[in-house]
Amino acid sequence: MAAEKNMDDRQFLVFRIDNQEYGVDIQKVTTIIEKDMSIARVPKTPDFIKGVINLRGEIIPVMSIRKRFNFPEVEDTEETRIVVLKTDEIIIGIIVDAVAEVVRLSDDAIENITTLSNDVVMDYISGVGKINDRIVTIINIEKLIDITQA
Amino acid sequence: MDVNQYLEIFIEESKEHVQSLNESLLELEKNPEDLDVINEIFRVAHTLKGMAATMGFNKMSTLTHDMENVLQSLRNKEFVVNSEIIDLLFDCLDALESYVNIIAETGSEGNKDYSNLIKLLGEVNNKMRIQTENHVETSSEGGQAEVVSEPVLNLNQYDKNAVNKAHEMGLNVYQITVVLDSACVLKSARAFIIFRVLEKYGDIIKSVPKVEDIEDEKFDYNFTVVVVSKEDKQLFINEINAVSEVRDIIIKEIAFIPQNVKAEENVDSSSSMQKINTDTESESDTANTASEEHSAANRKTRTGKTVRVDIDRLDVLLNLVSELIIQKTRLEGLAVGEKSQDFTETIEYLERITTNLHDAVMKVRMVPIETVFNRFPRMIRDITKELGKEVNLIMSGEETELDRTVIDEIGEPLIHLLRNSIDHGIESVEERRKMGKPEVGQIFLRAYQDGSDVVIEVDDDGQGINIEKVKKKIVEKGLVSKEIVSSLSKKDVIDYLFRPSFSTADKITDISGRGVGLDVVKTKIESLGGVVDVETERGKGSKFIIRLPLTLAIIQALLVVVGEEKYAIQLSSINQIIKISPDEIKKVQNQEVILLRNNVIPIIRLDEVLEVPKEKKAEKKLTVVIVKKGDKLSGLLVDGIIGQQEIVQKPLGKLLSGIKIITSATILGDGNVALILDVNSIV
Repeated sequence: MAAEKNMDDRQFLVFRIDNQEYGVDIQKVTTIIEKDMSIARVPKTPDFIKGVINLRGEIIPVMSIRKRFNFPEVEDTEETRIVVLKTDEIIIGIIVDAVAEVVRLSDDAIENITTLSNDVVMDYISGVGKINDRIVTIINIEKLIDITQA
Repeated sequence: MDVNQYLEIFIEESKEHVQSLNESLLELEKNPEDLDVINEIFRVAHTLKGMAATMGFNKMSTLTHDMENVLQSLRNKEFVVNSEIIDLLFDCLDALESYVNIIAETGSEGNKDYSNLIKLLGEVNNKMRIQTENHVETSSEGGQAEVVSEPVLNLNQYDKNAVNKAHEMGLNVYQITVVLDSACVLKSARAFIIFRVLEKYGDIIKSVPKVEDIEDEKFDYNFTVVVVSKEDKQLFINEINAVSEVRDIIIKEIAFIPQNVKAEENVDSSSSMQKINTDTESESDTANTASEEHSAANRKTRTGKTVRVDIDRLDVLLNLVSELIIQKTRLEGLAVGEKSQDFTETIEYLERITTNLHDAVMKVRMVPIETVFNRFPRMIRDITKELGKEVNLIMSGEETELDRTVIDEIGEPLIHLLRNSIDHGIESVEERRKMGKPEVGQIFLRAYQDGSDVVIEVDDDGQGINIEKVKKKIVEKGLVSKEIVSSLSKKDVIDYLFRPSFSTADKITDISGRGVGLDVVKTKIESLGGVVDVETERGKGSKFIIRLPLTLAIIQALLVVVGEEKYAIQLSSINQIIKISPDEIKKVQNQEVILLRNNVIPIIRLDEVLEVPKEKKAEKKLTVVIVKKGDKLSGLLVDGIIGQQEIVQKPLGKLLSGIKIITSATILGDGNVALILDVNSIV
């Protein structure tokens, strides 16, 4: 099925924070879990690192996207999820308000933005995808998890 | 089949051979007259040559071939061993080693051809080449031909036709029986290499057992093939002999078989046989037996019944055992308060089994430290030569075992320490003479097990650390003022040596003095969960003591509560646990301390260090965990103790690897995560 589609298409996992929609490259997503386990706080880390969890025997750090983007933190709901991302060397979970769906975007549907605003969020964005009249902000995972850049 | 699948065996074995050449050559340097050693070197070089040629590494085999020529002449006593030759041979070994390393990295031998070495070898050899040619000829015919029981090969009609056809075409037909050494581990691989050699020069028309069976190792140590070739018999003997772990070759010609005569009879009457020993071309019978004994002894230490296993698979196994232990701990938690005796007994039994299983898996990962130590004698030789010092390295406890991961990492810091000892520790020959010390310096490298630790000591009888000089340097570098430096203890001063870019060497040499030595050693050892200590006495020598944990993955730990959080402290760093009342804590220069049996012990509030969010409340009794770092004791103030537990260390991952006070994490019985504290960086 996938092969029939346009090869330029990339798939993104869309999640929500407040009413904003964000997307991450689905290739980097290893799993999505409910946030029902306790998180062990790790001292001497930036405040957006909430701690570490036991993911099936493996210890992985968890980051609050809200803290990272300087949004106010909220209580967990039924929909709160941890999206586990994996890059070359790093595995990390990010806490999101809700996971929406998987969308397919062609490269021309993603607009590169560099000068839209001076928002904190801007540092971690690689572009904006448009699906009809919805707007999905595409997150640059490498920058997001680079904790030296706090 | 593809020759590449044997590349790994080739690399491993080549490394072993180069290492044993190194050892033998050192031996030869000490006893230049020892014919046994020369024979041994020759034998190993010969094997190496054969292996390289089989794998198609021509540069390597050319180099070993030329080395062999020189060795051959040495063996014939056409030339006396001198330091020039030894140095040259050592250079050749280095070249061989670099070939092997390049092969290991890239799969091919690269394009460096060391023509200078080959030229030098040629020159040395020409000087002494008198009767070499003659000698090779007489010896290869080898007075040792001896008749052995002849293998019977039944040729069927088809085979007979093939034999006859070959004869019609003017080709030779040989029946070759190869007997492999009984110590041979990978029989089918050897057989394959031999098949390849044979196929290079002819066609194999029959094999007993069948090729499929040989591939599946369904044969004893011998197999017989019928080969059709235009080549000479001697060529096959030479080529097969070049393959290692071949004990015997029996070769005979099969003549034309008339259709009505029984094959066996014919084979018998027309065959000529020859048996050649693997230790080819030996000079005399005595030398031959000696070298055979030598090689037999060598083999014994090297092999045994072994399986080569990828380290990753062992890691998987260890991880599974870790998971099992976590679940076992969890069951133990459930068993508390359980009345049923059957249940508690079962849990106890499970406990014993998992402990044994863990020990067994850890043992599988253990490697004797010998694998690291045995390259040092050669290294010491080179360094001492370069620095013009005389040093005798005495090693002990090579059989001490360490986890594979530690073994891989420990070599580099040890090299640093040994270099340090030679460069800074051991004095020059004149100085030693003046001081009335023996001219040859001594460095002891010892390894031994001490409880759950392995201790490695580098102990020299040199000049010791000049504390005053270090103090001067500390002031010069502006690290501490003059006034304070004089009050520093010897131990504190020595600690400065382990700081980055701190070197006291008057002149910078290649070996040390760039100030990148000891701090690297310290960081490395600490990353392995160990500690380094120094004992030194001016004029008498210094001793560097490395203490490493036997296992890295699973440790005994004490679980403590700080605020609402749980932390683990490695049991081996805990001295004792005491209860005190809050008013026992005194303040000395803003540092909280307590008195414990007249010792002043600094108190560290873990909740502050760990930034634990909690409300301060007045407790009547405080719990203090006394921990030790070397000789120094400190008290960690905690809110409660859960108990002792066997825990599995899990890495925190790359993202959080920069946090010093936490070494790793563990998963508790309830599935939650507890962090493991690094006592050494907290106190």
